[in-house]
Amino acid sequence: MAKVLMKGNEAIGEAAIRAGCKNYFAYPITPQSEVAEYLAKRLPEVGGVFLQGESEVAVGYMIFGAAGAGERVMTTSSSPGISLMSEAISYIAGAQVPAVFVNIMRGGPGLGGILPSQGDYFQATKGGGHGDYHLLVLAPDGVQEAVEMTMNAFTLAEKYRGPVMIMGDGLIGQMMEPVEFPDTLKTEPSNKDDWATSGMDHRKSDKRNLVKSLFLDPTELNNNNLALKAKYDQMKREEVLYEGYNTDTDYTVLIVSYGTMSRVCKTAIDMMKEQGIEVGLLRPKTLFPFPEKPVFDAATKESCKHVISIEMSMGQMVEDVERSVKGRREVDFYGECGGDIPTPEKIIQVIKALL
Amino acid sequence: MGKAFSKPVSLSDTMTHYCPGCTHGIVHRLVAEAIDDLGIQGKTVGIAPVGCAVLAYNYFNCDFQEAAHGRAPAMATGIKRVRPDLIVFTYQGDGDLASIGMGEIIHAANRGEKFTTIFINNAIYGMTGGQMAPTTMPGQRATTAPTGRDTELTGMPIRMANLLKELVTPGYVTRQAVLNPKQINRTKKAIKKAFEYQVEGKCFSFVEVISTCPTNWGLTPLDALTWAQDTLLPYYELGDYKIPE
Repeated sequence: MAKVLMKGNEAIGEAAIRAGCKNYFAYPITPQSEVAEYLAKRLPEVGGVFLQGESEVAVGYMIFGAAGAGERVMTTSSSPGISLMSEAISYIAGAQVPAVFVNIMRGGPGLGGILPSQGDYFQATKGGGHGDYHLLVLAPDGVQEAVEMTMNAFTLAEKYRGPVMIMGDGLIGQMMEPVEFPDTLKTEPSNKDDWATSGMDHRKSDKRNLVKSLFLDPTELNNNNLALKAKYDQMKREEVLYEGYNTDTDYTVLIVSYGTMSRVCKTAIDMMKEQGIEVGLLRPKTLFPFPEKPVFDAATKESCKHVISIEMSMGQMVEDVERSVKGRREVDFYGECGGDIPTPEKIIQVIKALL
Repeated sequence: MGKAFSKPVSLSDTMTHYCPGCTHGIVHRLVAEAIDDLGIQGKTVGIAPVGCAVLAYNYFNCDFQEAAHGRAPAMATGIKRVRPDLIVFTYQGDGDLASIGMGEIIHAANRGEKFTTIFINNAIYGMTGGQMAPTTMPGQRATTAPTGRDTELTGMPIRMANLLKELVTPGYVTRQAVLNPKQINRTKKAIKKAFEYQVEGKCFSFVEVISTCPTNWGLTPLDALTWAQDTLLPYYELGDYKIPE
């Protein structure tokens, strides 16, 4: 299929449809409202369901209900909206139903700003809502990857019967890039008859299904949490994604960076290469599960003397980088999170100060 | 001679956790009878609230989802929108629906979502232990209103049926009670009608049921019925508030 020029937010909406997701509930918030605007027009064309909910709180539960009934469903929001949805995300994780959430991050805390940020790393990877759960978190670095990850998100959500999040930022949502859409997903959610509230008649069964996260018996609750943990352990074994850039050189500095920020880092690495300075980049494409071993291996390469996490935050992913490096190298951090994305020149200045 | 009386098929054969004299059991049965009468058990999905009826999914014999506090109408919306062929009902108490879930119920009703809400109003929080609800009567004692509800500080009790009636979107809104056999028969008819409107794809339907909570009211089951009759019904007037054209 030929490439088309699309805005990130609209491409994410189109990707969902091509992944077989015909159901979308959302509440407007900058900088991602274009997803809702695009799907409000597009979903009726394919016989899908579009509904603007009264709040992100309600939307979270519309997603929970639809997912519980066994249908593919997605919502998109931005940071403050994801905070409101986090209650439902916890319930969705506890009840083990598949759903896709997209966070086009903006600056925080509080109302923050509307410019790009990576300030929700903790929220996405360490919780957000209450209780012992994780989201599987995918972090695209541009519109093409946002499309591919959105499509894969549905497969992953169904494989693990849980919530999956795409973590973009305001830049990825707003910028236009040429994209090529992969073939339409043909898969149907498997074994959903075992759990979905699709109606007993619908699945020709006299056994009713329950979607719930309440387990008053301590053994049952512990077992539910053990089942969740088993999934997270499986994700750590099977779903880790990352990219190495300039890592086949004898780099002295390793940058760990993701999303929009990693693209600026790549430009800085190319510029430094021309000046004879070799710098490697390890870009996590999954934030949970975090590429712990790839980061450790890249950081402990003999030539590598410095590791630095560069983020559009005040230092969040750096904690996972430190954890992965296990004290074998000192881990530095650089970040800005007012909405101005650090320039390649600024990155070069930061790297040179390390040497 | 055939069997004159039996348990509805849509009720499971399970001992409930409800207190003696609690009217949840009656309303559960009426809902199950309506489901049986309409032959919709196989395509019905219930949404359990947070509160005393959180375990309702153990007592009904149909698909069920359990919501967070107050969010049942949003979940019902999600299910009904993606599977309009299913029959979806929420079963919620007054703390759940009229306090924390006020936003969700108003907007679901205003969108005219084609599901059914059974609203149990017993003027108190039950499961958490007798705290004041938005529906608690002036002067009524609650664990968080130990000297009785002070309306200067907390306003007057919310009348949900009256409130929902004012929405311009068509719907079926009724308030019934289960304090005596006559009322129970009327409530049964109202619940069945509410499900019928859904089967016809007609409108959102809302059945408020004035109920008792002997445990948290500190009354015997019989005294609770009398108190509800004398104190709640003058303020919460029974009857149909809105009927679709």
